[in-house]
Amino acid sequence: MTESSTPTKRSVPMWAQITIWVFLAGLLALVGFGLNRASNPMAEIGKPVPDFDLVYFEGYEYNGTPEMKLSDLRGKVVLINIWASWCKPCEQEAPELEEAWQLYKDRGDVVFIGVDYVDTPEGAFGYLKKFAITFPNAPDLQSNISSILNRQMGVPETYLIDREGVLRQIKIGPFASLAEIQAFIANAE
Amino acid sequence: MLPEFGYGVLLVSFIVTVYSGFAAWYGVRNGSASLVESARRAQLLTFPLISISAAVLIYLLVNNHFEVSFVYEVTSQSMPTYLKVTAWWGGQAGSLLFWAWLLAMFTSAVTIRKWDRDLEFLPWVIVVSSITLAFFVGMVVFYENPFTRFWDVGGQVVPSLFAPSASATVFTPQDGQGLNPLLRHPGMVIHPPMLYLGFVSFVIPYAFAMAALITGRTDDRWIRITRRWTLWAWLFLSMGLVLGGRWAYDVLGWGGYWGWDPVEIAAFMPWLTGTAFLHSVMIQEKRGLLKHWNMILVILTYSLVVFGTFLTRSGVLSSVHAFANSPIGPMFMAFVSLTLISSVALLIKRWPELKSETEMKSMLSREALFLFNNLLFMGILVVCFWGVISPLASELFTGTKITVGPPYYERATGPLFAGLLFLMAIAPLSAWGHSTVQTLGRALWKSALLASILTVVLVFTYTKNVYALIGFFLIAFVLSATVHEFWRGANARMKAQNENFFTSLGRLMGRNRRRYGGYIIHISMALMAIGILGIEIFQKETQGTIAAGESLELGEYRVEYRELASWDDFGAGVNYTRSVVDIYENGVFIGQLFPRIDYYYDSQQNMTIPGQHATLRDDLYILLVDWQPVSSQGATFKIYVNPLVNWLWIGSLTFLLGLIFAAWPDKDPADEPIRRKVGVVNRQTSAAD
Amino acid sequence: MNNYKLRITNYGFLALAFVLVATGLFYQTALAQEPTPTDDEVNAIAKQLYCPVCENTPLDVCPTEACRQWRELIRQQLAEGRTEEEIKQYFVNNYGARVLSEPPRTGFNWLVYVVPPVLLLIGAAVLFNAFRAWTKPKVAASASGSGREAEPSSVDDEYIKRMEEELKKRK
Repeated sequence: MTESSTPTKRSVPMWAQITIWVFLAGLLALVGFGLNRASNPMAEIGKPVPDFDLVYFEGYEYNGTPEMKLSDLRGKVVLINIWASWCKPCEQEAPELEEAWQLYKDRGDVVFIGVDYVDTPEGAFGYLKKFAITFPNAPDLQSNISSILNRQMGVPETYLIDREGVLRQIKIGPFASLAEIQAFIANAE
Repeated sequence: MLPEFGYGVLLVSFIVTVYSGFAAWYGVRNGSASLVESARRAQLLTFPLISISAAVLIYLLVNNHFEVSFVYEVTSQSMPTYLKVTAWWGGQAGSLLFWAWLLAMFTSAVTIRKWDRDLEFLPWVIVVSSITLAFFVGMVVFYENPFTRFWDVGGQVVPSLFAPSASATVFTPQDGQGLNPLLRHPGMVIHPPMLYLGFVSFVIPYAFAMAALITGRTDDRWIRITRRWTLWAWLFLSMGLVLGGRWAYDVLGWGGYWGWDPVEIAAFMPWLTGTAFLHSVMIQEKRGLLKHWNMILVILTYSLVVFGTFLTRSGVLSSVHAFANSPIGPMFMAFVSLTLISSVALLIKRWPELKSETEMKSMLSREALFLFNNLLFMGILVVCFWGVISPLASELFTGTKITVGPPYYERATGPLFAGLLFLMAIAPLSAWGHSTVQTLGRALWKSALLASILTVVLVFTYTKNVYALIGFFLIAFVLSATVHEFWRGANARMKAQNENFFTSLGRLMGRNRRRYGGYIIHISMALMAIGILGIEIFQKETQGTIAAGESLELGEYRVEYRELASWDDFGAGVNYTRSVVDIYENGVFIGQLFPRIDYYYDSQQNMTIPGQHATLRDDLYILLVDWQPVSSQGATFKIYVNPLVNWLWIGSLTFLLGLIFAAWPDKDPADEPIRRKVGVVNRQTSAAD
Repeated sequence: MNNYKLRITNYGFLALAFVLVATGLFYQTALAQEPTPTDDEVNAIAKQLYCPVCENTPLDVCPTEACRQWRELIRQQLAEGRTEEEIKQYFVNNYGARVLSEPPRTGFNWLVYVVPPVLLLIGAAVLFNAFRAWTKPKVAASASGSGREAEPSSVDDEYIKRMEEELKKRK
């Protein structure tokens, strides 16, 4: 067929070529970004955690303030435990977490913050009462904290932030024992 | 020993595949026919090799070799043998091997066709298909190995192919985790193979298209060669989609067959471009137009196949069906980019040589209407693609996650589907080359009149919903115009040949399979549209908690709760909770249904199996949502009435028939006396293989 | 005296009547709250929302325990007299925009709705342009390609050919 082509044969105009390549590159970049997010879901250990704020559940405040920023807690070791009332594995570790809190709360330099991931208020308070939890707790409104920690969407997950606000350790799944929690916290000391 | 053997064979097939591609490329570069021939034989060899490896895996699956991690993940002792076999594609590693095996089947099959007229294509077809095959086999060999075993290394269990240390021993768990219960449905046994077959068989048209671009033989030869491959590919893909819908309807327990889930859409997109391709190649065959467009479509289809597989397997999009995060994501990404970029570059390079041989003469000619059809398919594709991609974009630019769900898709695609129905009615009655409003009107006014009368009848008897009426009008229009077309053809033949009507019809159809097969498919599309309209517009639902003896009412149906029983089947590891309900239609008892919930202990998952009462008018679909231990305290039922939905399944069956009719291999053309008459001008047909 | 007594009883009667009416009123308002919203009313709203934890599952058909809780939450809020819009807004505030089955039409999300029609229009424009280019100017030059036209469609048999010819006749 090549022979029969008439002198009118035109190649693809440059502007069209550029448009096509830009479009393709954009598309691949977009998907690449999504892939990158999906395959590196965890916040990076050893890097500072971006600041976020939260509003505590009523009756579960820290130092009596209803709201806080993560950066307010510089100088303290922060353990962020993400849970939900519908999450069965969370129930396994809830008593141990509370037990651990009793050990640390008077020291003042270690803070536990429970973050309740997509839950109903009723379910959340029921859970907190059921396990007699006393450490500070807050709902993860619009999943903001989850997306800042860039975490996988399973519960429970626990994050350990050191005195400088740097992420030290991540635990996926429930803690098996009090000793494990203590060893976990020791990573930031 | 066996796992090592299976893996060894797989490794060999990878090497053979790579060799085949390389030898073909090197051979054609240096004019070495023997090297190309060697490449061809190597490609032929891949299928038996991968089959051996697959047989080993099946043996391991069936015989409870739980020391193999893949076997452990997808089977358990209690599963019946046939499910152990189908567990092959129930997990990432196995399904990739399954995919590679099917692909090898097709690429091997294509090497044994008669190549004498198309020798220049051969090496490039081998190169393209070998690259694809090497990619998939490579995924299995290097990243998702189904032959990995558990090893006990000083009390720690480590998955590894070979012994991680000299002292390590193979660790065999007591029992496996068992197949995801959602995948234990018969529909799920056939659905993935069909879908995969559809996916892999599109590789062949793509390989030929690339070969045509590379060699510069840009006439319609590649289209004629791949015509039947494309039809079969389309058949499998369509069946895969329909079976997936049926599976969702029977198992997922949400009263629907299609949820516009990203994974469904990922399978739907190549179908859209494939359908557009099937139509537009006809224009190239008949009129020598649209060469560029066909290339674009085949590249799009192939890319969407790979892209869809990538989207659903890499964890980029989360979805009910998605496989967990896996290391293959970046590899898939690289492969998608490679194929897209190289195909587009090649197409741009050859663009000037793909010149149309004739001109378009009228906006109402059949080729013009086919173009509108393509425009609509592309519109639906854009809607789907953007719907899948925009959550990614939103997360990138605004940091928030969004959901793009059914309302978006339904609103956006509804008018486009309506447009397709309209074209389906008028295009077969427009003429190639030239049509005017008068010629079209003359051919169509009777069908349009019939459809209008029917619509008016529906206004008074069935519904006053405008969207539904537009839909029903279009459906009736398609049906009457298409049936009229059958009648016209048979009538013409009957008069000329002095045969009776049915003989004429049969012979006419038999000799023009693709044409009439296509019309049967149009009819079945219209039938399916009835079902879709029914469930989309007229679905009714109610939910309530009732005690034994009480009932729920919905439309003309009344559902009375009788009793409920719950028992364990320890052998199968399932707890069944089965309710018994009596159903009444307008007060008349019509039977009992048994909606139930199956709880699978190994995966801790519930399956909600609906009770269904199906008629042509509607489907009564009852779900057991919740129950109290004592049946007198009540159980919660959700009841749907899905009007007309069974036309969807009837349409699917007709569709299958029509497609097989169209794609079935022809008899030797020499046997056909009628063809000899036209044979003089018929220079390019005989190779319709 | 008698009178006084009478008045007291009258007052007493009035008081009793008041209490009765009041309890009646109270009882009525209690009744108005009593019939908890039906499953159908709950599902009508749940249908428009997505399960916040499972991906791509509408809330009305999601079988998990968490979703059951959310449906109860909807029921509770309905019972408190909240409107559909308020309940949806509550879900968005708590769980983010992803619980809506369609993105809200604000800011960047407009792109979700605008891009497909725009692309379709561009496609239509390209197609019509191509038509114009094909149909108008080249009629004279079409001689080179017209060989194709004389050739009957390849697979069709005689009758199909005849039928195709018929389609071109005006009358």
